[in-house]
Amino acid sequence: MSKKQVYIYKSFERFWHWMQAILIFFLAFTGFEIHDTYTFFGYRDAVRYHNVAAYMLIALIVFAIFWHLTTGEYKQYIPTFKNIRAQLDYYIFGIFRNAPHPTKKTVLSKLNPLQKFTYFGLKILVIPVSVTSGLLYMFYRYPSKQGVEAINIESLEFIAIFHTIAAILLVIFIVTHLYLITTGESVTSNLRAMLTGFEELEDANNSTENIAEKNLSTKNLE
Amino acid sequence: MKKVILIVAFLGLLAIIAVGTLSQKESEPTTLMKLKEKYSKKEKPSVDHSKFAALQQKFNSPQEVTKACESCHNMTAHQVMNSNHWNWEREEYVEGRGIIYLGKGNAINNFCIGTQGNEGSCAKCHIGLGMDEKRTVFTDSTNIDCLVCHDNSETYAKANEKGGAPDMSLDFNKIAQSVGKPRRSNCGVCHFYGGGGNNVKHGDLEMTQFEPTKEIDIHMATDGMNLTCVECHTTEQHNLSGKVYSLSSMSRNRNTCEDCHTATPHKDDILNEHTIKVACQTCHIPTYAKGNATKMYWDWSTAGKLKNGEPYVEEDSMGNHAYMSIKGSFVWKKNVKPDYIWFNGTASHYLEGDKIQDTSKSLVLNKLHGSYADDESKITPVKIHVAKQPYDPINRILIQPKLYADKKGEGAFWKDFNWEKAAEVGMKDAGLPFSGKVSFIKTEMYWPVNHMVASKENTVQCKECHTRENSRLAGLKDFYMPGRDYSKIVDIGGMWILILTILGIFTHAVIRFLSYRKLKNEVSK
Ligand code: HEM
Repeated sequence: MSKKQVYIYKSFERFWHWMQAILIFFLAFTGFEIHDTYTFFGYRDAVRYHNVAAYMLIALIVFAIFWHLTTGEYKQYIPTFKNIRAQLDYYIFGIFRNAPHPTKKTVLSKLNPLQKFTYFGLKILVIPVSVTSGLLYMFYRYPSKQGVEAINIESLEFIAIFHTIAAILLVIFIVTHLYLITTGESVTSNLRAMLTGFEELEDANNSTENIAEKNLSTKNLE
Repeated sequence: MKKVILIVAFLGLLAIIAVGTLSQKESEPTTLMKLKEKYSKKEKPSVDHSKFAALQQKFNSPQEVTKACESCHNMTAHQVMNSNHWNWEREEYVEGRGIIYLGKGNAINNFCIGTQGNEGSCAKCHIGLGMDEKRTVFTDSTNIDCLVCHDNSETYAKANEKGGAPDMSLDFNKIAQSVGKPRRSNCGVCHFYGGGGNNVKHGDLEMTQFEPTKEIDIHMATDGMNLTCVECHTTEQHNLSGKVYSLSSMSRNRNTCEDCHTATPHKDDILNEHTIKVACQTCHIPTYAKGNATKMYWDWSTAGKLKNGEPYVEEDSMGNHAYMSIKGSFVWKKNVKPDYIWFNGTASHYLEGDKIQDTSKSLVLNKLHGSYADDESKITPVKIHVAKQPYDPINRILIQPKLYADKKGEGAFWKDFNWEKAAEVGMKDAGLPFSGKVSFIKTEMYWPVNHMVASKENTVQCKECHTRENSRLAGLKDFYMPGRDYSKIVDIGGMWILILTILGIFTHAVIRFLSYRKLKNEVSK
């Protein structure tokens, strides 16, 4: 099997990934200061920075959604049960025996089945909960004669607890994610790929399980 | 190319958000600047009273001075006699009671308890001349004491225990010719000494405010705006704005910070939003009793001890009375952090003769109403004054003892030191039943803290409330506050999941490292 440098992460994708990483890390950092887990910036600045970063994250998410939809990349995240067992087995046993990765990373299928599940969960549950509860947190109103009953201050506790749960899940994700990126072909190959866009992958053309080229070829249309 | 445009557009958007949110909005000139300009111009009087013939005559009594005043100010007596400074009461509507006339006449406080029967002494702080126990003073306009408020010579003084009459040795011509708008000293002689001594009652009004520095009071500071009391407590027809909740129950005629500063005085929107639920005073008055200590506790039950048959006085380390035979024991405190309550501007009061429902709990003499859920309520700083006061355990009512008299044998506690006798005479004066038994009960009074506003730099910081440990608002538990509150389950659960995750990762990494070494060894063999 031959190997080849493949352009796997496009520039917007990398930009989006790193922006998101910085923003979520920063939001978690300032957020837990607001939560009084520790003191760093000072409460007032933590709140101000948290709010600014929150708006930035929302803007980024809007761009990312647009990009995923227009490029069809969203399909990467549709979860599948196929091979999920094999992937788990790999992390629990295979990795210690230097067994090969059970799924092949290709441009069309960058994510392994566990990643698909996790990222899908983040995108459709954790991040939306974080953003919505965060926005409600910003825009709830104290009890006032006018205003929307559902987001008056009575529900703040509820909002805050959801926001905190989402934040904790994101922190746990970040920690796990940081470790799992070291489990690529080499310890740094995943990281390098997200930085440069290129990763050494098996040559798709030689791979037997891959889509037969002739099926894609325009010749068949004739 | 498309990608580049997208990224540039995105970065541009981020920059706009960041600059827009972090930069402060400038709206020149600010309200504060306008206020400073307005109040730095001190008003000049339009007449010189020393030139008036009516004030050159020889005055034999303070009533003659009042007549001279009224010879020009011929509509004023009517205004004064309708004011609460004169009547010692206001018309108030209280839920459950209807319309009542509330004031020193019928309220009980937890300092000197009440005025009934003690007018001779208490009326030193009445704007009349010579109040007696029948209170006839109220109907005669020549008994109005114009000078106590309007003397600008700083020499006028009321005599002790003369029902509000002045010291007769004063130079009334000089005083009458000096008159003008009330100064801090005119208000302060009564309002700084309420309860029988400097700063006994309020905690935020005391004698350093005759000439305060900015550290004591940013508004009245002689090295600053030098505001007088009446510049905020404006008058209309001799009725002053503002009131104190020891004797008020309705939310009207209040003097608020917002009157001058508007409801949204900050540049920062987040701070402005706080004003919906937090009174200005909460952040802007970090401590009260900054110049001198204030009385926090008054225990009447220990009063009456004598040394060699004589009453005596003991002082604490700050030189304040710690014990007085006539009054009992006291605790004084300086630089006090306020307590905080929800307050909507309404209150209810214990009035003379009210039955005490539960004698096992402290009795709140002026309950300030409010709650988090109530639209009108704001978090408000208060001084809570605690006392132990005499009450009749059979009739379950607070006792209004006879305290003051000229001489022994009239039953006055301050002369005879006998609670039963003082209670009997006092309750008779007040027209209330008395069973013959005297017991003591804990009482509380709430004093909203409004003065001694600190400079901007010294305001309460976010973290003093938004914190888990020792939050200033630790006592207000009926709402969720970021930084102070959290869900225990979520926090502890989250911490454990995080710890287990890290442990899991660590174990995995170690096994991975070891097996990798083993494999390498095998390969090299
Ligand atoms: C667009 C997304 C977000 C918005 C709009 C948002 C907004 C907010 C707001 C308004 C607060 C309350 C404090 C304040 O008044 O400023 C808050 C608190 C907090 N935020 Fe966020 N946030 C967002 C994302 C995040 C993320 C991604 C994290 C962590 C990974 C996070 C962690 C926290 C934490 C831990 C708190 C403290 C909660 C508490 O103790 O009640 N936030 N956020």
